[in-house]
Amino acid sequence: MDLTLTTYLIVGATFALYIGIAIWAKAGSTGEFYVAGKGVNPIANGMATAADWMSAASFISMAGLIAFLGYDASVYLMGWTGGYVLLALLLAPYLRKFGKFTVPEFIGDRFYSKPARVIAVIALLVASITYVIGQMRGIGVAFSRFLETSYEIGLFAGMGIVFIYAVFGGMKGITYTQIAQYCIMIFAYTIPAIFISLAITGNPLPQLGLGGTVENGGYVLDTLDNILVDLGFSQYTVMKGTTLNMFFLTMSLMIGTAGLPHVIIRFFTVPRVRDARLSAGWTLVFIAILYTTAPAVGAMSFYNLINTVQPGEIGAEEGNLAYENVPEWFSRWEETGLLGFEDKNGDGRIQYYNDGNEAFAATAASYGWEGNELTVDRDIMVMANPEIAQLPNWVIALTVAGGLAAALSTAAGLLMAISSAVSHDLIKGVFKPDISEKGELLSARLAMAGAIVVAGYLGLNPPGFAAQVVALAFGLAASSLFPVLMLGIFNRRMNSAGAMAGMLSGLSFTLVYVFIYKGWLFIPGTNMLPDTPEHWVLGIGPQSIGAVGAIINVVVATLVARATQPPPAHIQELVESIRVPRAS
Amino acid sequence: MASSQQEAASAYWKENVRLMITLLIIWFAVSYGLGIILAPVLNSVAIAGYPLGFWFAQQGAIYAFIALIFTYVVKMNALDRKYDVHEE
Repeated sequence: MDLTLTTYLIVGATFALYIGIAIWAKAGSTGEFYVAGKGVNPIANGMATAADWMSAASFISMAGLIAFLGYDASVYLMGWTGGYVLLALLLAPYLRKFGKFTVPEFIGDRFYSKPARVIAVIALLVASITYVIGQMRGIGVAFSRFLETSYEIGLFAGMGIVFIYAVFGGMKGITYTQIAQYCIMIFAYTIPAIFISLAITGNPLPQLGLGGTVENGGYVLDTLDNILVDLGFSQYTVMKGTTLNMFFLTMSLMIGTAGLPHVIIRFFTVPRVRDARLSAGWTLVFIAILYTTAPAVGAMSFYNLINTVQPGEIGAEEGNLAYENVPEWFSRWEETGLLGFEDKNGDGRIQYYNDGNEAFAATAASYGWEGNELTVDRDIMVMANPEIAQLPNWVIALTVAGGLAAALSTAAGLLMAISSAVSHDLIKGVFKPDISEKGELLSARLAMAGAIVVAGYLGLNPPGFAAQVVALAFGLAASSLFPVLMLGIFNRRMNSAGAMAGMLSGLSFTLVYVFIYKGWLFIPGTNMLPDTPEHWVLGIGPQSIGAVGAIINVVVATLVARATQPPPAHIQELVESIRVPRAS
Repeated sequence: MASSQQEAASAYWKENVRLMITLLIIWFAVSYGLGIILAPVLNSVAIAGYPLGFWFAQQGAIYAFIALIFTYVVKMNALDRKYDVHEE
């Protein structure tokens, strides 16, 4: 069967499944709309949270990022998983015991302050909206690349699907579609990974295969290290950045992960405190299946790609693949623009090497090479895998459906966080406290519909700074939300003045540091220092600064709280009560 | 009665915090310690084709995180029962 038709059928089938779940899981109350009636099984919630968390970037781009960065990409692997340890030990069980609907609601109640709640809403909205733009773009790109539609039509189709299950089902609809989406994406990710690991190392488990040997008997990683050095790149397995920047970047990603509201609210949906702890463990298991496979996919498909264009001895003329002999998948991915070939030295062969390495330039010239001729988009490491492993068309189609599932599930989770903050924290919490249950449910649905339209609009007209702002989402969550949530639980003496001073100082420090290197409000040309490692303070990049912002937040909050009145007695009792699982 | 309840609650909290800190030290050691700071040194040792520092950074730390959370779950459930604050 034709590949495009197969892709349509499989993507269509997954969409039909999501609509079916939407019809079955209609939300009838605000409790069902915001937290799925607190009735989700902890393992099921683990799957839903894993899908909620793993975005189009995790599914499509991460393996490619690992391929090109090698060891340095470990910051993403550890940063985006280690945050769950913080979430499980420091936040999830206590926020579940608190038992309300949103993250700003906890901050408002614990710090007995509407302004604190509003600051939390603003931090939540900025972090979630910037994040959702990327998901919307992912949906549009997936459609336009693989289903031969226009970007706009793809985006509208994605918006339509999310609209159906999120507006009617709320958290309940989103939870059960996320479970289905997790199954689709993990299947789509691991099947090609198993086959590529078998083909290259003979070991079906990618996690073990990455430590295995290739045809000539050498280890995969050793071989990759050697080829890369011979082509003028750095070794795959060694650190290229600085230890300090890796340290802070990992820390920022971990703290940011634990502070992202769309992840935290998923733990409000389980029945008990101990389910929240257990659910965090299962979440990490389900995430780890993909995250421990990704390094193998990255390294092996990169090895495969280099071997394809450089099948023979490096430097010998016949060592490079003649363009007329490229495999079928190569031509197909050239059409999508993910692979590009330009014959700079006119020899009809493909040379892939690091032409930015001055020390290697003389060697390259002696080979008769006149510049790198192959441009590779990192997304290809996942998307081209099934074809490289010569798997049937339905597996290729499934990869497309998996990428869409990853984007849709994360978009829906973010939209849920956005709409509940608007309807529950702003409309009910601030503007119209006497709103009826029915009125609030309606306003929640309208807020969801509005959030989808805004997200769609931003997906169609992405602000130029969209890509840079995503890194900021983690910095914001790390420097504003996570520290006050943690202090609210672990420091009984923490009061509203301390929490607000902490949030504002962490947030403004992080913003200013980012703006100095990225431009004020991301306006190009307004940056005060060039965004390069030699200009970073102590070599800490703007992406890594969230952790420092978090430390400042904690220090300022603690000092201010010490100098001001302790919180009232009923707040101290609230803290006591969220510290024990059983309701008193 | 009230004061003995308070004492129990504070003892429960102390044990909880002690467990949490122990687990976070391990969390820090496997990721920042073995995966980043000591990685260049550990890379001189290879286990089954994996340079050890690289393995911790891209595989081992993640497995350790999972083990830490499930250890926390088991220990906290026991602690909840010991202090009789577990849920139905």
